[in-house]
Amino acid sequence: MAQMTYLEAIRDALAIEMRRDPRVFVLGEDVGVYGGAFGITRGFFEEFGPWRVIDGPLSETANVGAGIGAAIMGMRPVVELQFADFVTDAFTQIVNMAAKFHWRSGHPVPLVLRMPYGGDVKGGPFHSQCMEGWFVHTPGLKVVVPATAEDAKGLLLAAIRDPNPVMYFEHKHLYRYRREEVPEGDYVTPIGRARLAREGTALSVISYGWMLHKCLAAVEAVAGEGIIPEVLDLRSLAPLDRDAIIASVRKTGKALIVHEAVRTGGVGAEVAALIAEEAFESLDGPIVRLASEDTPVPHSPVLEAAFQPSVDEIADAIRRLAAY
Amino acid sequence: MSAKQTASAAGEALSPRHLLELLYFMRLQRAAEDRGIKLYYQGRIPGAYFTGWGHEATVVGAAYALGPEDLVAPMHRDLAAYLMRGIPLRRVFAQFLDREGGLTRGRDGNIHMGDPRLGILPFISHMAASVPVAAGMALACRQRDEARVVLTYFGDGATSTGAWHEGVNFAAVFHLPLVLVLENNQYAYSTPLERQTAARAFVDKAPGYGIPGVAVDGNDVLAVYAAAREAVDRARRGDGPTLIECRTFRVRGHSEADKFSYVPKALLDEWTARDPIALFERRLREEGHLSSDADRAMQDRIVREVEESLAWAEASPEPSPDSVADGVYAQDGEA
Repeated sequence: MAQMTYLEAIRDALAIEMRRDPRVFVLGEDVGVYGGAFGITRGFFEEFGPWRVIDGPLSETANVGAGIGAAIMGMRPVVELQFADFVTDAFTQIVNMAAKFHWRSGHPVPLVLRMPYGGDVKGGPFHSQCMEGWFVHTPGLKVVVPATAEDAKGLLLAAIRDPNPVMYFEHKHLYRYRREEVPEGDYVTPIGRARLAREGTALSVISYGWMLHKCLAAVEAVAGEGIIPEVLDLRSLAPLDRDAIIASVRKTGKALIVHEAVRTGGVGAEVAALIAEEAFESLDGPIVRLASEDTPVPHSPVLEAAFQPSVDEIADAIRRLAAY
Repeated sequence: MSAKQTASAAGEALSPRHLLELLYFMRLQRAAEDRGIKLYYQGRIPGAYFTGWGHEATVVGAAYALGPEDLVAPMHRDLAAYLMRGIPLRRVFAQFLDREGGLTRGRDGNIHMGDPRLGILPFISHMAASVPVAAGMALACRQRDEARVVLTYFGDGATSTGAWHEGVNFAAVFHLPLVLVLENNQYAYSTPLERQTAARAFVDKAPGYGIPGVAVDGNDVLAVYAAAREAVDRARRGDGPTLIECRTFRVRGHSEADKFSYVPKALLDEWTARDPIALFERRLREEGHLSSDADRAMQDRIVREVEESLAWAEASPEPSPDSVADGVYAQDGEA
């Protein structure tokens, strides 16, 4: 085991795979000479050279489109979008070109889009969004959202080796959040499998990304009250680990779903519907969702705190649902 | 016989055999699409039907400049390019009919097809979306030091998109082996040129990207071939992309549902009189390359190929309803 931040774990995964597989290359804005806006690819240009660590022009459409073209040719591109928010500029390429490609032609598109996403970084409406739901709603894409350094590394290795386009959402607030134990060397976290972050009985708290850590803090806050919730870290949103969700809710009888993405039409709605369809007989209380307000992400820290679910709000929701 | 085997041997000057092959592919596109139009009006083709009527010289002349290992990203008026790069006509008809034997097995219709294994990028409806992808295909060739060239076709309307600009710019910045063939047919559906650009000519955009541009008569197959050949050679040498503006005309509607009443009659008459196939036939006859025997043999062969291909397609089953979810995801080991 090594001690690493989430950011270092992403860098470690990329370096491992680029050393192992000459087809893997990085393309994006400022990823080469500069080493990336967040420093993920620092030192890569020197190690791997200009045709494997490519400073692309300021164009998400070109960089993502070129990634698709190279993937079709058998390369393993990892395209970095500087902020996930800019993915809107590449929407046609992702949703219409990459996502439908295998279904139409039978030919794989092994592409990874690395997207720094999420709030609590004082980024405002164009540097903080959680747009994973858009891509979960697009057949043909895989969507992963690691919450820990171990999974950040394992899911990135799995994503690069996957024959499909994988939307890899890496949370900016978690980049330097803390140092964690991370296995050394090569391993994968399988895409499509949730992780039981905390075993419990009172209710199932289902979350992912930065909110998972708020949920764990809320669970700590209620521990002295004798409430022991189970916490499920989804890790993959497409495919979703339906079995893990159903199994947990069948066990606890209650579900609280927490995400940072805005509420309406979010992943939480899909999880809630799944529970209602598949675990209705086991339910002993209403399915509850906590999510960000249905607004753009505000810049002011005061407003952003009001926008996003807080540890206190999550703890209160746990108490109410446990007592139901 | 396919251009895939012969184009690399074509050399600087085309032999009579190559000239007849150009005519063959132009006629084959026309004959296959003519059959498709009849099927469409008989209600046997689900959805829309598009042709490249009038574009044949541009399509065939450009694709003929490619070597056997080269790659192509055609659009919806480029039927011959798919055939020249190795897609059998029977699978194209099965595609038109939404059958299991079609290139997308009923998952997509009409000419939204391709075969990446043959180096043919499947076309999507979003105009110019292929351009950045073609640039990425060229990037992979460059990364692996493969002396291969990618050729992409697009229309005048496509040049108004961000994807076109961004893809051309990307290829230019990295000096990628990409040939950009603009089929300027003067209308994007009903929208005329002056609503696509204020530039004097599309080819004038090339210097803005730092790449060479050339305008040619898109109804002259030899002029298109010559320009494409030069661009392919330049790309293969590592000297980057070229924009080729082929000036032609769409002498039918955008799709067969479009009666194109917005096209002035004089303009339509002018271009109908310049039919690229008739122009080339006349030239070949005048130069003694197309005897009446050879002409008849080619025509008979095309009729036979079209009918045999269609018969195969009609015998191909409808896709199984059980297969609807097949292939949404690639399985491990596919890549």
